[in-house]
Order: sequence, then structure tokens, then C-alpha cells
Amino acid sequence: MFVKYSLKTASKGLQTNRSRSLLTILGIVIGITAIMLVISLGRGAQDLILNQIQSIGSKTIVVVPGRHPTGISDSLSTFTDSIKNKDVEDLKKKSNVPHLTRIMPIVFGPVVATKGNKINQTTVFGVNNFFAEIYNIYPEDGRLFMDEEVVSKSAVVIIGSKVKDELFEPGEVALGQKIRVKNQTLRIVGVLPNKGQFSFISFDNSLIMPYTTAQQYIFGIKYFNRLVIETDTEANIAATVADIETTLRNNHNITDPDKDDFFVETQAQAMEMVSTITNALTLFLAAVAAISLVVGGVGIMNIMLVSVTERTREIGLRKAVGATNRSILTQFLLESVMLTSIGGVVGIVLGTGLSFVISLILSKFVGLDWAFSFPIMAVFLGLGVSGAVGLVFGIYPARQAARKSPMEALRYE
Amino acid sequence: MALIEIKKLGKIYDGGENETRALSGVDLMIERGDFVAVMGPSGSGKSTLLHILGFLDDYTSGQYLFDGQEVSKYSPEEVARLRNQKFGFVFQAFNLLPRTSVLENIKMPLVYSDVPEKEWNNLARQAIEAVSLTHRAFHEPSQLSGGEKQRVAIARALVNNPEVIFADEPTGNLDSKSGKAVMDIIWQLNTQQKKTVILITHETYTTEHARRVIHLLDGEIESVQLVANRRGEGNFEK
Repeated sequence: MFVKYSLKTASKGLQTNRSRSLLTILGIVIGITAIMLVISLGRGAQDLILNQIQSIGSKTIVVVPGRHPTGISDSLSTFTDSIKNKDVEDLKKKSNVPHLTRIMPIVFGPVVATKGNKINQTTVFGVNNFFAEIYNIYPEDGRLFMDEEVVSKSAVVIIGSKVKDELFEPGEVALGQKIRVKNQTLRIVGVLPNKGQFSFISFDNSLIMPYTTAQQYIFGIKYFNRLVIETDTEANIAATVADIETTLRNNHNITDPDKDDFFVETQAQAMEMVSTITNALTLFLAAVAAISLVVGGVGIMNIMLVSVTERTREIGLRKAVGATNRSILTQFLLESVMLTSIGGVVGIVLGTGLSFVISLILSKFVGLDWAFSFPIMAVFLGLGVSGAVGLVFGIYPARQAARKSPMEALRYE
Repeated sequence: MALIEIKKLGKIYDGGENETRALSGVDLMIERGDFVAVMGPSGSGKSTLLHILGFLDDYTSGQYLFDGQEVSKYSPEEVARLRNQKFGFVFQAFNLLPRTSVLENIKMPLVYSDVPEKEWNNLARQAIEAVSLTHRAFHEPSQLSGGEKQRVAIARALVNNPEVIFADEPTGNLDSKSGKAVMDIIWQLNTQQKKTVILITHETYTTEHARRVIHLLDGEIESVQLVANRRGEGNFEK
């Protein structure tokens, strides 16, 4: 009953000072908008990256040479020659890894490609035909290479869209033409579509060729930089990982797993890692946005103190007709909570709307596979946080109001 | 038992080095249904006395028994509840809430009472009828004359059916005609509804409604005068 009355009184107070109330809640609105935006966009980005990882296939396993890097600075440890052709052949054997369906060795490295007097710094990926399916990218012109071309180390190449832009005139047909890489002449058999620079996995500035060709003619190596292995079902991933480890340890004469010269990654691990990183980033950005809530809260406190002073006589009168300190405290607390909650609701609507617009722009104009994410948890968080700001920053002015002596308040001019 | 009994009541405002003695050694007894007017020059302590009697201020020495109970022993919550149930206040400056209808202003004491919300409208309407302002129920204070404002304030003081009406110079801001109308209402509350009235006043014409006039000077009672020709009664004798 008293709460209802106080809410009515509070909303009347807010209406009479409409422009002041609006300015007061602006800080809260901005803070909640920022938090909503960060969480919603953060979730969208996470979904985008996770989808791209997932599109590689949840049944795939990646074997990386070298020991597991202990950190970013240690990532050179994966540039070793421990994974060789014999490993690939042994992994293919049903007796070793029964659930393996396909395997793709990868070699990669930076190169300079030339065409006439045009030069392009690019990356070579030596793969097999499994590549197109895994990364879901097919030539828009031309074809993939054939299995015989992998076996025969053919000098064929599929180029990314950016490579084409750099090496050819606009409108020039690249298909069938020849480019030079490390004194080798390669014939272009396919051109990949443009995926955009925001894509998590992009082959726009890449040369795709049979891994045999890349090993022998481009890099002159006998080892692989990665092995991508597909299992028959998702359920067999753990067993397959164990089989791969056993096979490779046998091949490399390793008895102590701590001395492994390779490590195995599953998509589940990769997704978990990405989730951890994006969650941490989102949390960090939301915390930065929350600073504006503190600023907004101080604004609320300020204006509530002004309001308490302005209404000193009202407080005196209310006490004279029987209001307890507690009911005065409740009235002013409700008022500040109401102010900040309104700010919270406006912020939630604004933040969600902005996030929707940005998602639309990203998906329609930037060409990302970006889906608008409406985080229902963030709505509750926004409501809770804005209400809490009202409580925390309203308590001091409300206590000032409640502590006024009725007699002095009534005399106040 | 007297409703209000004060013995050697004193009040000192502690302003650091220069403390002010607002009341010293005041003895007073007020029975139920009494009508006491308090007069005195400004600074004589009459407002302080009214505030202490109305539980709006505390005293620094002596005793105040309300209904036989020592007031200083009440908790702040009990004091608030007694103010709400037993007292009605009328102030010189009206103290109505701006931008709030007459009816809502009158309801205000009910908000802090145990009266269920569904009865608020009814009680407020009765109170507004008692001061003959029914036609103004949905006006805001800014649309009323001074006399009307004070009648709204009286209705607000009445709405909880209190025992004591404290009136602090209720006619001080009014012309004599509106002042007389306001005093008529207060007089009726005393004679017809048997409310105890404690009135602070400057104007001598208002004292003709009272049974007793207490003159304060420098925080002490200078004289107590029985009103000889009380309106409607002739000589008051007890």
C-alpha cells in the first residue's frame, strides 16, 4: 500500500521535473546501452567465430608437430619436422586408426608470387581436395585439383581473390594463365571467391596447391605443418585421438607422453578456447562500460540531494502527519530506483536496437555471416544493475531526508 | 487524568557557545476537550511549546506526560504513530503539496495510518465536507485562495479523526474575513466534535474562541487568563 503510494508520488515528481529527470537518467541510459551493446555484439562475434570453427566440422582432429606451446612466444616450437609422410601412411591404416575416414596433410608458408612485373606477398597452402569441403570454399572460376595431380606433384594452383586482384588487370581472365613462385611456374586452374577481410578463416590472399607440389617445388621439405583428420562419427573422436597418439609415438619411438614431438587438437578444444577468449573480452568491455554507470549514479545522487533539499518542507509535513523515518527513506529510495530503472529500460531498448542495426549492417553491407543476438540474460542484468545503482546512490540522499527533524524541516524557507 | 500534563518543562537550543533558552520551567495541564490559546511576542517560546506538545521537537528538561505516559520514553516509531493517530496540525504557511489535488492532499495522513486504502476516499470526502470545500476537491492548491488553502489544511488535520488539533497561527497569512471563517471551523471542532485545540495566535480576536489564554514571555508563563465571554457560552467555569 505504502509502496504503491510512493511509486505514484515518485512518478508525479518525475513528471513535474521532466527535463531534469531526463537529463539525470541520461548517464544510466548511456551506461546500460553500452553494456547491452557490448554483450549483444560480443555474443554475435562469438557465434560467428564458433560457427566458422564448427563449419570446419566437429568430426575433425588436427595434428600439430612439436610440443604443445607454453604461450604465444613459444609458438615457434610447432615449426619442426616431426610429422612426415610415413606418419600419414601409418595413420591411414585401418589397423592403426580404425575410425579415420579422411586425412589431409597441410604445408604452408609465406612466398612471393609474380606475374610479369607484378609482385604479391602471399601464403602458400599445400593441401589435397579435402580442403574445399573442410573450409567450405570452392573456386568460383575453374576447378579443384584432381587426385592424380596431387600424386604427380602437378604445378597447378588455385588463387585467392586478392591474389588475382594484385597480379591481374581488372577484368583480365586469370584462369589458365601462369604465375611464378620461387622460380616455379604454376598454372592457375581455379579462382576462389572473395570472402571479405572480416572472415575468421580467409583464403583471399592465398595460393592453394597440392601439398606434394608445395613440399617439393616451393618449400623443399619432407615434413608437414599440420594433419587434418576426419573421423566417422563425433562419438569416436576421443578414441581416434588416442589411436593417433599411439601410432605417432610408435613411429617416433616415444615412450614418455611428456616427450611428445606433436600434439592433437580437437574442434571442441578450439571452440572452448575461443569461447573463453571472447567471454573474457566481453566481460572486460562490459566492465569498462560499467564505469559510465558509476558516473550516472553520482548524477542521480546529486539530483536526489537537490530534490531532498527542495522538498524539506514536504518532508517535515509528512513527518508531522505520521511518517516514520523509514517511510521517508523508502519514499526517496523508491524515487531514485525508479529513476534509474527507467534509465535501465530505455538503455536496454536502445542497446538492443543499436545492436540490431549494427548486426544488420554487418550482415548486409560488410558481408559477414553475422546473426543478431538478443541476450535475455543481459536484459535481466541491465535491469538489475540499473536498479542497484538507484539503491546504492539513492541511499545517501534518502537517509539525509529521513534524518531531518520535523520541526526544523517545517521551518525551512 | 489530564490529556496533557507538563511539569517544569525546559528547552535549550544548543548552538555551541551561545545556547538559547527557549522554555524554562513551564507547568501546564490540558484536559480533553479544552481549547487553549497561547499568545506572546515572537521569541517568547510559543512555537517551541507547540512543537514539543505535538511531538515535533524534544525537550531538554522537565516532564511531559501525554495520556499519563512519559513522552521521552516513546520510541521514534511510536511517536510517529501517535502523531498520525492523535494529532492534527494546521500551520500558518498551509504546507500543502503543490501540483497535488485537494483530495490527495487531504488523504496524506491516511497513507501513514492503518486505515485500508479503500476507505481513504470516503474519509477524505467527509473531511472536505466538514470544511465546505467539496466543490474544490479536484483543484490544485495554486487555484485556491488563502482561506481555502487553510481550510484544506484543516481538513487534512481532521481526516484521521485526531484527539488534538495543533494550530500554529492559522490565521496569520489570512485577511480578517477568511481568518474568521477558519476560526469558526476550529471553534466548531472544539464545541461540536469535542476536539482538544491548542492554538498559537497573534490576533486577539481569535482568542475569544478559547477557554483559556496563556501568555508566554521569555520562555515562561506570564499569566493564564480564563476567557470571560467565550463565544456561545458566556462565562466559562469549571
